[in-house]
Amino acid sequence: MNEGRREILQLVFVVVGIIFLIKLFFIQVLDNKYAELADSNAILRQVEYPFRGLISDRNGKLIVYNTPEYDVTVIQKDVKNFDSARFCEVFQISREELRKRFKEMKARKEFSPVKPTLFIDQLSNEDFAKVQDRLDEFPGFYIEARTTRAYTTKALANALGYVSEISKDKLDNDKEKIYRQGDYIGQSGIESFYEEQLRGKRGVRFKLRNVKGVEKGSFKNGAYDTLSVPGQDLVASIDLELQQYGEMLMRGKAGSIAAIEPSSGEVLALVSGPSYDPTLLTGKNYSSNFMLISNDSMKPLFNRPLMAQYRPGSIFKIAQAMSALQEGVITPETRFRCDKSLIGCHAGHDNQDLRGAIANSCNPYFFNVLRKMLNKNISSSPFEDTRIGLKEWNKHIHSFGFGKNLGIDLPNEKDGLIPTPEYYDRAYNNRPWKFSNIYSIAIGEGENLVVPIQMANFAATIANRGYYYIPHLIKSVGKNGKPLPQYLERHYTTIDSAYFRVAVDAMQQVVDAGTGQYRAHLADVVVCGKTGTVQNDPLPDHSVFIAFAPRENPKIAIAVYVEDAGQGARAAASIASLMIEKYLYGKTKRQFIEDYVLAGKFLD
Amino acid sequence: MRRDDDISGSLDWTTIFLFMALVVLGWLNIFAAIYDETANQTIWDLSLSSGRQLMFIAASAVIVLAIIIIDMRFYETFAYIFYGLILIMLFIVPVIGKEVGGNKAWIGIGSFGVQPSEFAKFITALAVAKFIGSVGFRMDNLRNQAVLFALIGVPIILIQLQKDTGTALVFTSFVLVFYREGMSPFILIVGICAATIFILTLLIPNQLYLHGAILITLLVLIYFGKKKFKRIAVLTIGALLISGVIESVDYVVNDVLKPHQQNRVKVLINPDIDPLGVGWNVTQSKIAIGSGGFFGKGFLKGTQTKFDFVPKQSTDFIFCTIGEEFGWIGSLVVVALFVALMLRVVFLAERQKSRFARSYGYSVACILFFHFAINIGMTIGLFPVIGIPLPFFSYGGSSLWGFTILLFILLKLDAHRGEVLQRI
Repeated sequence: MNEGRREILQLVFVVVGIIFLIKLFFIQVLDNKYAELADSNAILRQVEYPFRGLISDRNGKLIVYNTPEYDVTVIQKDVKNFDSARFCEVFQISREELRKRFKEMKARKEFSPVKPTLFIDQLSNEDFAKVQDRLDEFPGFYIEARTTRAYTTKALANALGYVSEISKDKLDNDKEKIYRQGDYIGQSGIESFYEEQLRGKRGVRFKLRNVKGVEKGSFKNGAYDTLSVPGQDLVASIDLELQQYGEMLMRGKAGSIAAIEPSSGEVLALVSGPSYDPTLLTGKNYSSNFMLISNDSMKPLFNRPLMAQYRPGSIFKIAQAMSALQEGVITPETRFRCDKSLIGCHAGHDNQDLRGAIANSCNPYFFNVLRKMLNKNISSSPFEDTRIGLKEWNKHIHSFGFGKNLGIDLPNEKDGLIPTPEYYDRAYNNRPWKFSNIYSIAIGEGENLVVPIQMANFAATIANRGYYYIPHLIKSVGKNGKPLPQYLERHYTTIDSAYFRVAVDAMQQVVDAGTGQYRAHLADVVVCGKTGTVQNDPLPDHSVFIAFAPRENPKIAIAVYVEDAGQGARAAASIASLMIEKYLYGKTKRQFIEDYVLAGKFLD
Repeated sequence: MRRDDDISGSLDWTTIFLFMALVVLGWLNIFAAIYDETANQTIWDLSLSSGRQLMFIAASAVIVLAIIIIDMRFYETFAYIFYGLILIMLFIVPVIGKEVGGNKAWIGIGSFGVQPSEFAKFITALAVAKFIGSVGFRMDNLRNQAVLFALIGVPIILIQLQKDTGTALVFTSFVLVFYREGMSPFILIVGICAATIFILTLLIPNQLYLHGAILITLLVLIYFGKKKFKRIAVLTIGALLISGVIESVDYVVNDVLKPHQQNRVKVLINPDIDPLGVGWNVTQSKIAIGSGGFFGKGFLKGTQTKFDFVPKQSTDFIFCTIGEEFGWIGSLVVVALFVALMLRVVFLAERQKSRFARSYGYSVACILFFHFAINIGMTIGLFPVIGIPLPFFSYGGSSLWGFTILLFILLKLDAHRGEVLQRI
C-alpha cells in the first residue's frame, strides 16, 4: 500500500542536497560580490599619507613645511549607542551641523556603510588634542592623520601656490590613478609645478579586523603593504630676505618685481603685488578664504610677474639696437636726427649716436633703425620687403625670449606678443601692410606685449652679454642639488656678444647721467639700467625699470613694474635700486629712497 | 543467531564511517570558527570550544558503547517511560532552567548545561515508533492518528513554551514518518499548500490578485469537472478556506509571530531589507560562505567567521566556516556526506523486519533531514533564520549526544534485526 513512498522520501533528500549545491555554486563561484564584501568587512585599508616635500630658500631658510591635521572618519556600520548631544559637545558643532554632515555623507556616491567615510576634515592639532581622549566614547568614529602645509612667512604666496583637495575634473583625468577622492594636490605655483616631486608616494597598510573594528594584526604579514615615501624637498633660488623686502616695498602697489641671478637664471625674488597670506589657503577655512581672496578686486591671486602683459615701452629700444647692429644696418656710431615729424619725442637731445639714443630714449632714432631693418630693398614691393625684414627682426627679438613663455617652473606663464607677418595678415584681414603701418613697434609700443619676467630675463641676457638661462625658482630638487635639466642649458641670442657692449655702455650712462641718475645710482657699484614708461591711457602710465649690477660680473638682474605710477625713473627705478642694494650689501643705506617708495606718491 | 559479544561484525560500518567523518569535520570547523592567529592556541585547549567539543566526542564514544552493550529490547520496552520522563523534564525546564540566548531550554549541571529538548527527539522517536509498531495499530484509524499527533504535539507545545521555536519545529518532521507508514498524503499536501500560499501572500502585496486567482481556478474546476452538487460544494468550501488562510496571513505575521520572527520571514523574502539590522545574520552568513569561492580560503584562513562577523559561528552558523574555508568543494563534501547518511539510514530502516525498528529508522532519517535542510538552508538564505544545530557539526554536548544516541539506537536495532520476528 505504501509503494513508492520510500523513493519519494529519498528523492526529497537528494533534491534538497542538489538545490543547496546549486545555490552554493551561485553565491560561491558565480557571484564575486560576496568575496568583495568579505574583504571590505575584514580587511581595513589604512592609507599612510606621505609627507609632502619641504621648500627652503637659497640660504637654507625653511619656507614651507608640514603640520599635522586630522580627519575624522566614520564607519557607519560600527557606530553604536551614538550620543549625538555628547558628540556635538565634544566636537563643538551644532546639532543642525551634525545632521547636515550625516546627510551629506550618505548622499555621496562612494558612500558605503562598511567603509571609512570622511566625516569632519582638517581638525587642527589643538582641536585634535581636545577630542583625542573622548573618541572612544563614539565607536565607529576614527581619526586619520595627515599633514597640511604651513608657512614660515607671509611672503612669496603666489609663487608658492597652494594645496587643496583634488577637483573632480583632475580626478577624472588622472589616467594613472595616482589620486583618490579627498587627496590633496598642488593647485598653483611651485606646489603645482613640482607636484610630482613634492607629493611622495602614498603607502597602504592592510589590517585585519574583527566585527568590532578591533585590529587583528596585519593581512598576510604585510605582504601587500607599502610604506609611504616622503616627497622630495626643494631648495628655492629665492633669497627670502630679499623677497620679504621686495614685498614690503610693493605694499599698497600693484605690480611686480622679478630679480634673477644672471649667471644661473635663478630667480632671487618674485614679487606680485598685491599678495595674500598663504596660510589663509590651508586648513578648514580654505573654501571661505579662497572665495574672499579670489573675489578681491585687486586680484591678489593674479601672479603679475608671469601673467600681467604690458607693452614693453622704451626698454625695447635696446633689443632693437642689438638686432640692428647684428643685421649690420647701423653701427654704434650711426647718427640720426631727432626728427619729431616722424614720431613724437621729448626735448633735450638731437642727432645722437646709438648709445646716446638709448640713454635718452630717442623715438625718431629708433623709427629710422627699424625702417632700415625692415626695408632693405630686397624686394621691389614695399609690402613684400617689409615682410622679409619683419621675419628677420622676429628671429632676433624671439631669441631674447620675447613672444613666447620662457618656461619658468611655475604654471600659467603668459607668452606676451611679438607680432609676426602672419599676425599682421590676420590683423589686416589679409590686406597688404608695410612699414608705415607698423612702425610703432619700433619704440616698444604698438602690438608688442611682454611680461615682467621676460623683462627681467632681458636684463639678465644683457648682463650676460648675449645668453640666458631660463629663469627658475627651484635650484635643487631632492638631494641631487640640481635644478630640472632644462634650467642648466644656456640659450644664446642671435646677437654677437661684442655688440652688447654698446647696450651695457648705454645702460650705465642711463644710471650715471641719464634718466635713471637720481634714484638708481649706487655709490660703490656700477649699476646699468633702463627706464620705461608704458602708456596706459586714460590712467597714469606704468612705471618700469630694468637693471643689472655690477656692470662686470653681474650678480643680479631685475625688472620692476609699478602700475599707474608714472615715469619709470621714479617708482620702478627706486625700487629696483633698493633691491640691488639690499641684495649686494644685505642692507640699504638710502633711507630717503625707501621712504619715498613706501610713501608711494610717485605722481606728485 | 549471532552471539551478543560478536556485535561489532553486525554493526553497519558504512553509517559509522559517515558518522565519524561528520563528527571529525565538525570538530575541526569549530576550531576554525574560534581560531585566533594571534593567541597561539591549539585545537586541544580545553578552554576553547574545540577542546570541549573533543570531550563531548569522547563522551559520545562512551554513550555509543553503552547503547551497544544494553539489550536491544530495552529501547522498545522503556520507550513510553522515557517519554513520560522527558515530558516531565521539558515541563520543569522553564521553571528551573537557565536562560541561554533568549531560550529557557537548559538545565545546569555544574558548569555544563544540558538541553532536554535535544534528547526529546530520540525519545519521541522511540515512543512514536513503539506506537506505530504496537499490535493492532492502523494508520488509517483516526484515533491512532490522533494519538500520533498527540505524541509529537505535546513536546512541541512544551518546547515552544521554552521559546525554542526551532527545536519545536523539528518535531513536525515526524509527519514524514507517518507518511511513510501509510498516512494519507493529504495532510502533507495541505501543509505544503498552506506554506506556499503563506509565502505567496507575503510576496504579492495586493491580496486581491490571489483571491482573484483562486476564484478563477474554482470556476475553471467547476466548469470542466462533473457538475455534481457535492463536488461543487467541496470545491467552494475549499476555495473559501484558502482565501481565509490568505486573510489570516497578515494576522499571523503581525499578531502571532514575535517581532524577531516576523523579521526573519521578511528578510527571507527581501534579503536586502536591512543588511545592518535584521538582515545582518543572513547577509554576513552569505558573505562568509560566498567569499569562499570554489576552493575556499584554506583551513584556519577564513576572516569572516573568525572575526565574529557571523553570529553563532560555532553553533547554528557552523556551515559558514565550511563554506568560507573549504569553498564549494568543501560544501559539496559536507552536503554529500549528509545526503549519503540520510539515504543509508533509509536503507537501514527499510531492511528492518519490525515496524517499530523501521519507523524508528525513518524518524532518524527525517529528523536528520529536517536539521540538515533548515540549518544549511538558513545559512545560504533559503529559509528563515531558525536556530537549530547542524547535526554532528555544531558545537554543543547535548546536541552531539542527542544525535549520537538517535543514530546508534538505530544501529543497535539494525545489528539485531535477524533476532526479531517479522510483525509487519
